[in-house]
Amino acid sequence: MFSEKVLAVKNLVKSYHGIRAVDGISFGVAAGEIVGLLGPNGAGKTSTINMILGLLEPDAGEISVFGKNFKTHRSEILSKVSFAAVYAQLPGNLWVEQNLRIFAILYGIPNPKEKVQLLMQEFELTQFARSKTAFLSSGEQSRLNLAKAMLNDPKLILLDEPTASVDPSTSEILRSRILEYARANQSGILWTSHDMYEIEAVCHRVLFISHGKILLEGDPKKLPAEYGKKNLEELFITVAREPLTLSHEP
Amino acid sequence: MNALRIYAIFLRQFYLNRRSVGRIFGFFYWTTLDLLLWGLIMIYISRLGTSNFAFAAVILGTIILWNFLTRIQHGITVSFLEDTWTRNFINLFSSPLTLAEYATGLVLTSLTTALISVIFMAGLAWFLFAYNIFQYGFMLLPLITILFVFGWALGLFTTAIILRLGPSSEILAWSIPALLGPISGVFYPISTLPVVVQKIAAFIPVSHVFEGMRQVVLTGSFDAGRLILAGVLSFVFFLAAYWFLVRSYRRVLRLGLFIRFMTD
Repeated sequence: MFSEKVLAVKNLVKSYHGIRAVDGISFGVAAGEIVGLLGPNGAGKTSTINMILGLLEPDAGEISVFGKNFKTHRSEILSKVSFAAVYAQLPGNLWVEQNLRIFAILYGIPNPKEKVQLLMQEFELTQFARSKTAFLSSGEQSRLNLAKAMLNDPKLILLDEPTASVDPSTSEILRSRILEYARANQSGILWTSHDMYEIEAVCHRVLFISHGKILLEGDPKKLPAEYGKKNLEELFITVAREPLTLSHEP
Repeated sequence: MNALRIYAIFLRQFYLNRRSVGRIFGFFYWTTLDLLLWGLIMIYISRLGTSNFAFAAVILGTIILWNFLTRIQHGITVSFLEDTWTRNFINLFSSPLTLAEYATGLVLTSLTTALISVIFMAGLAWFLFAYNIFQYGFMLLPLITILFVFGWALGLFTTAIILRLGPSSEILAWSIPALLGPISGVFYPISTLPVVVQKIAAFIPVSHVFEGMRQVVLTGSFDAGRLILAGVLSFVFFLAAYWFLVRSYRRVLRLGLFIRFMTD
């Protein structure tokens, strides 16, 4: 179904004070593919995302994006990668429009003003253009984070709980925008979330990680049945609490 | 280095300052206070008439140039702290922006804010005390250049320290230049200091700048060797500070300390 790899991670390792947060994981994301990175708190999801973004240096392993080594092509790669996370809000003391304009320039967008106007319309932010970002509601801030993530027409998008703290209706709208974009642009997405309904709705494939290792991998719609579980949430709970009891159903 | 990304960092600070009465007020408040305080002290001393020494020429010039140096340092560090306070590093450094571009953006910001402050201060000194900083003529150019480069060095060094120790160490942003004042003979000749401190002062570029300035007022000449030494020292400090900043940044990446900037 998917061929061209936009992200390839090989034997990635990261330890903090002697404890392995990421323990030799390898995976890939293809163009147009949405991969869910699942796991309990502290499993190593955010560390993995931060290493892919260059915000955290791996102890070992390789990251290649669009077939290029991250270490040697950082700026070139990051100009086509984007990121949105609930914990990475844009500066609250700038206007919505100003924040988007600054990041449009940072990403080298040819007509930043036009692009910002377009994205503000698309994410229904035009009325807040001259509002300070801090005054937006959490749903509006999530829309702004996603608008920022779409500024550079990314070919790889890393989303760390992008819809956390938003209501189900806004969450659904955001999800459909992201899916629409990924389909139209053949972008690969690595998506972390604790909302298993969301993961099942958007992801083509999921990776369950626990204690820094990938324990399971597969289609979110089929995986629960393969392990004798009713749904993805039940499977998640088992991975988080009793990973050793997991057994593949014949 | 990408000029547009440097501009983006400058623009971020410009947007922040443009409509902020508090921040704009900050450009002028301390400089005005310093100038008024020292200007009035100079008037008092000159009325005592106990010396022929041109106190006003030396002290007011010193105050203006010292403020230029501290404004440069503060400009860099405070702009960096703005990104700390707004937890913006993850957004910035997950973009194509490099550390060198970020630092250059901060330097440009600090140059602009320092020039605004100092031009205002020079105008005020002329208006209130009939003191003309431009009396030093072309000699002012190398003096300002040396202070500028050393101000960068101080700003980058302070930024590197905060990167290393976390945002709670922001007090260093204000205390490092304050510590330099007494030991580098800014307001008095280096010979006033204890011998051990004089030896330390010999390695601080600003001590040569202010010593040289006093020499111009007293003798009308300037020791070119001293000027060159101050220039070389400033440049060495700048290189060392940038090296330390790069090391601190790499340490942040290695230890995953960006997350600390969200919690500290």
